[in-house]
Amino acid sequence: MPEVTVRKKLTAVEEIFHEGGPVAPAPLRRAVALAVIHNPYAGAYVPHIAGFMDDLKPLGMEMANSLVAALGGNASVVQGYGKGAIVGSAGELEHGALWHVPGGYAMREVLSDAKAIVASTKKVGGPGTRLDVPITHINASYVRSHFDAIEVGLADAPRSDEILLALVMTTGARIHARVGGLKASAIKGEDGLR
Amino acid sequence: MKASIRKIAVFVEETRTEMGRTVDPPTRRAAAVAVIENPCAGKYVEDLSELMTIGEELGELLTQRAVAALGIPANAAESYGKAAAVGENGELEHAAAILHPKLGAPVRKVLGKGAALIPSSKKRGGLGVALDIPLGHKDAAFVRSHFDGMEVRINDAPRANEIMVAVAVTDSGRPLARVGGLTKDQIKGEDGLR
Repeated sequence: MPEVTVRKKLTAVEEIFHEGGPVAPAPLRRAVALAVIHNPYAGAYVPHIAGFMDDLKPLGMEMANSLVAALGGNASVVQGYGKGAIVGSAGELEHGALWHVPGGYAMREVLSDAKAIVASTKKVGGPGTRLDVPITHINASYVRSHFDAIEVGLADAPRSDEILLALVMTTGARIHARVGGLKASAIKGEDGLR
Repeated sequence: MKASIRKIAVFVEETRTEMGRTVDPPTRRAAAVAVIENPCAGKYVEDLSELMTIGEELGELLTQRAVAALGIPANAAESYGKAAAVGENGELEHAAAILHPKLGAPVRKVLGKGAALIPSSKKRGGLGVALDIPLGHKDAAFVRSHFDGMEVRINDAPRANEIMVAVAVTDSGRPLARVGGLTKDQIKGEDGLR
């Protein structure tokens, strides 16, 4: 099994007070955890790669826990999440797909078995590539107020033989959400959708 | 608070390996960024004292946020830097008014020390503009291992009538620094230079 080698990590928290409208009673907080790892499959087509998902599980848990810590340490404040990956130029998009299971299930576990699928995106790119990581409600994908996205990236990553892995969590709706749809207060919470 | 803050973002970068070598302990740097309304946008204002006061407030707030994000005692900080990006309806002098007259004193008060000049950069730009915050050792500007820079950006800032203000703090120099010069254990700490 290839070892997971982390070159660097970044955590970032945004606090949004307003966006031209009334100042919210509590700011919306959005946290990002990034890890830049060596891509053990860079430079060649490797048929069997799925085993690396298990290797990534501890990193997924570490990043999910670091997001909760960055938001104050209490997982119950988390209402939205998302994940993404940027694969360096010597890798293939499929290498980014290795992040779905370890990244997504780590967040769902840390958030007490959140029900909704974790929204995601991925691409191949060079250092400085930005990725708009989609965000949806953790228990009901259709909650319209929580559809969001946060842009992530690092000036020096991913190098050609690296993968940049991203997890994001948020504490609520868009700061001036007002376009209707399913409300967080109306979630049934049975199927992860509504 | 005099500043009208739309959002605050705090970034922490941790480098664990570089060119395959372990960085032990990892180098860590944090940047705290506030996006504020520019009270002088869109017109020529002779007296910029309002921005100077805002700089003083943000010097304290952003330094506290950066140190807290690193999770270190304030007096364990090693290097620092500051920067501002003015939205298109402002002038470069607005960044200067925030950064230079009054921002430094509270930074040094929070960190307990800081004999060296706080290196700075400024620019005017649109949404998502990259801010390269220069970094230098806080007690002796000539410490070569701590000459560095940290890039930060926020995809939705600065808007035309906003200013992005950043303070960066580290607990270390560059990863694998090895180009000689004054080292941190040789600091005299009298003149802020050596």
